[in-house]
Amino acid sequence: MTASAHYAPPTTPLLSVRAIEKSFPGVRALSGVSFDAARGEVHALLGENGAGKSTLIKIVSGVFPPDRGEVLVGGKAVDLARPDDARRAGIATIYQELLLFPELTVAENIFMGHAPRAGLRRIDWRAMREKTNALLASLEIHDLEAERVVGTLSVGNRQRVEILRALSQDARILIMDEPTAALTEYDVTRLFDIVRKLKARGVAVIYISHRLDEIFAIADRVTVLRDGAHVATKRVADTDAAELVQLMVGRRIESLFPKITVPIGKPVLEVKDLERRPLTRSISLTVRAGEIVGLAGLVGSGRSELAQTIFGVTPADGGEIRIAGQKVDIRSPAQARSLGLAYVPEDRGTQGLVRPMTVRENFSLAALGKVAFGGFIDRGAERKLAGDGVKRFAVKASSLEQTAGKLSGGNQQKIVLGKWLANGPKLLILDEPTRGIDVGAKAEIHRLMGELAAQGLAILMISSELPEVLGMSDRILVMREGRIVAEFSHEEATQESIGAAMMGSHENAEKAA
Amino acid sequence: MTAVTLAGAEADPRRRLKVLASQEALLAIAVIGLAVAVGLYNPRFLAARNLSDVLLGNAYIAVAAVGMSMVIVSGNIDISVGALIGVLATISGTLAVNGAPIVIAWLAALVAGVLVMALQGVIIAYLRIPAIVVTLGMLSILKGGLISVTGGKWITDLPDSFHLADIELSGVLPFPVFLMILVTVLAALWMRYSASGRAIYAVGGNAEAARLCGISQPRTIVMVFALHGLFAGAAALLYATQLRVIQSTVPPNLELTIITASVVGGVSILGGVGTVAGSTLAAVLIAEIASALVFIDVSPYWIRAVQGVLILVTVIADILRRRRMAGA
Repeated sequence: MTASAHYAPPTTPLLSVRAIEKSFPGVRALSGVSFDAARGEVHALLGENGAGKSTLIKIVSGVFPPDRGEVLVGGKAVDLARPDDARRAGIATIYQELLLFPELTVAENIFMGHAPRAGLRRIDWRAMREKTNALLASLEIHDLEAERVVGTLSVGNRQRVEILRALSQDARILIMDEPTAALTEYDVTRLFDIVRKLKARGVAVIYISHRLDEIFAIADRVTVLRDGAHVATKRVADTDAAELVQLMVGRRIESLFPKITVPIGKPVLEVKDLERRPLTRSISLTVRAGEIVGLAGLVGSGRSELAQTIFGVTPADGGEIRIAGQKVDIRSPAQARSLGLAYVPEDRGTQGLVRPMTVRENFSLAALGKVAFGGFIDRGAERKLAGDGVKRFAVKASSLEQTAGKLSGGNQQKIVLGKWLANGPKLLILDEPTRGIDVGAKAEIHRLMGELAAQGLAILMISSELPEVLGMSDRILVMREGRIVAEFSHEEATQESIGAAMMGSHENAEKAA
Repeated sequence: MTAVTLAGAEADPRRRLKVLASQEALLAIAVIGLAVAVGLYNPRFLAARNLSDVLLGNAYIAVAAVGMSMVIVSGNIDISVGALIGVLATISGTLAVNGAPIVIAWLAALVAGVLVMALQGVIIAYLRIPAIVVTLGMLSILKGGLISVTGGKWITDLPDSFHLADIELSGVLPFPVFLMILVTVLAALWMRYSASGRAIYAVGGNAEAARLCGISQPRTIVMVFALHGLFAGAAALLYATQLRVIQSTVPPNLELTIITASVVGGVSILGGVGTVAGSTLAAVLIAEIASALVFIDVSPYWIRAVQGVLILVTVIADILRRRRMAGA
């Protein structure tokens, strides 16, 4: 089902990528990938981490040239040696990490590098403001002013600024790399509105996402990449999630969420009336041995803040925490660790992994006490610990001495997770354990969570992916504005009921804990 | 096959090549290669007397660079060390000429070094002020204070027993060289095998991740600076006792020479990467180049320019290497 399934648009495609090949030292990143996008089409790129999506969009954005193959815009081959060439060709890219100047205003950010000029080539501030307002009006954005400083904006609004910036450069092809990764549900809805408006204007949108539901919501066609090769291009209407997952991983995953039921034991973590303003307000919850408790909520509802308060990163101002029945006062992560708590942070890049360190050193970092005697590290014990972790988590690394920063996202996440388990914790707090990692690594982490719960570990899992929360949790708590507003058992929870509690619809919040 | 088998990794011949291409190996090759090349041009360069003078006169830079390397690995920098060495030398010398027991004079330099650096570490770590600003302030205070207090007078008439640098162990190994090797080896082992040493790399590589692993960043930084102060004290003793006088100034840009040794030795200015063995080898190389310039009839003033070239070449090579690896 490769070339035969290729859908040919009736007219010349606006963007056409032909047989792109790209190798890096020791790695074949892309081997002959082709796809195209018509005017007004949303074309999704799908693939596991390492499938070649990033490399592909970097080539189309002019970040680096392909070894072979060509990119056509409006039927004409373009030479994309530099990002500026792509911009001239009408291609704009919005990366996951937004590239804005936080101290400058919305208008200044939009027109950075191509500000309207008046006489003597000075910046025409009035024209800039007017053009910004016109752009805002054209997308019906009413909660953003030209003069606002970007640093004060929400993530959703910052992303809108980037989109406006692309439009200000007359981009006809817009590439969006995981645009919803950091957005709230509300912002996702607004993003989709904007994407639909862009579609109506004839902009071709290349949409990269791990979230299948988004692809079905917004995309017209989807191209699946695997190991740097083109696997299939399908019309979204002609496919379903199971088929896409299978195309992505090249095998059928029985269940994305292999929840195994295990006997639930004694309470490991008991939290009562925990306070840490503004986002932890009178929180009470219990996590028992063998239990996976899912913590749902919108971004900004206080879930990560709660986790960090329990873990002593931002110690509580009031309330009570009991670990295995013992009242404790946790003032630092070091203390939390010694009490048998483990916390896998949301942002593994900045919070979880020490990138210049080797795989071995990262694995032992949270468990140095276990491999160090009299302050000195026993190399043999350390190698064994890391080797066991690599095996248990199926980390793909060339050796224990490989630099951790060079591994793929999924493998990095496995190391961050494994590092904490090396310490033999009683309670594991996972903050977005599978965000941004590919389906295969995701299934792997879910399988491990199930196994760990079966071994009696208590798990508190924060997740913004409702299917994950629904699939993995024995119980589900919903947070809103720093409070726990609802609790559901595995059986009674539905996507709708949790979603409603997250958003604050009253009829569903009556079950409030 | 999900995980790559790890057993074969040790025997991989490419790994052995990689060890040869390490910064430490390259520096060792450069140190020997340069000696041979200059020796062919002017055999007097290889005279035992000259080689030992080169090492003797510069061992203190290598000792200070060990501490500096730790500081840079932890993600900080210290530009006050040159001025501090001058102050510590003066404190020690003043005590010695005023009749204090010699051991007390020596210890005073070590203790004062630890105190001043630990204080800076506290300001950097707990008040969260960038190291470059804190140490710049300290540099001015120490330099200004030293010249004001001493009035620019040199300390002379030092008791003979004060001259630590004159001691020769077993009658052959000069104490400065012994101390340089001892400090480097101990520090290297400690950085590589101790939990505290590992904490320095973790804090410099990713402070946030280190914190969540229960490694205290402030405590690690204060510890690093305190050790750096100890090594600065040791360096000051070597510096103070190698001549018959202690000047109220230190060699100009001493801190830059020390930082150069660290950076050329392979310590990443971004933190998290580097070894003290590399910095000691680099300190030796820099001293060797300075001496070699004399023997090949080039003005020794060129040494600063050569150091600059070394820094740029090292940093550029490091960045290129990173880029090539990050490409995939």
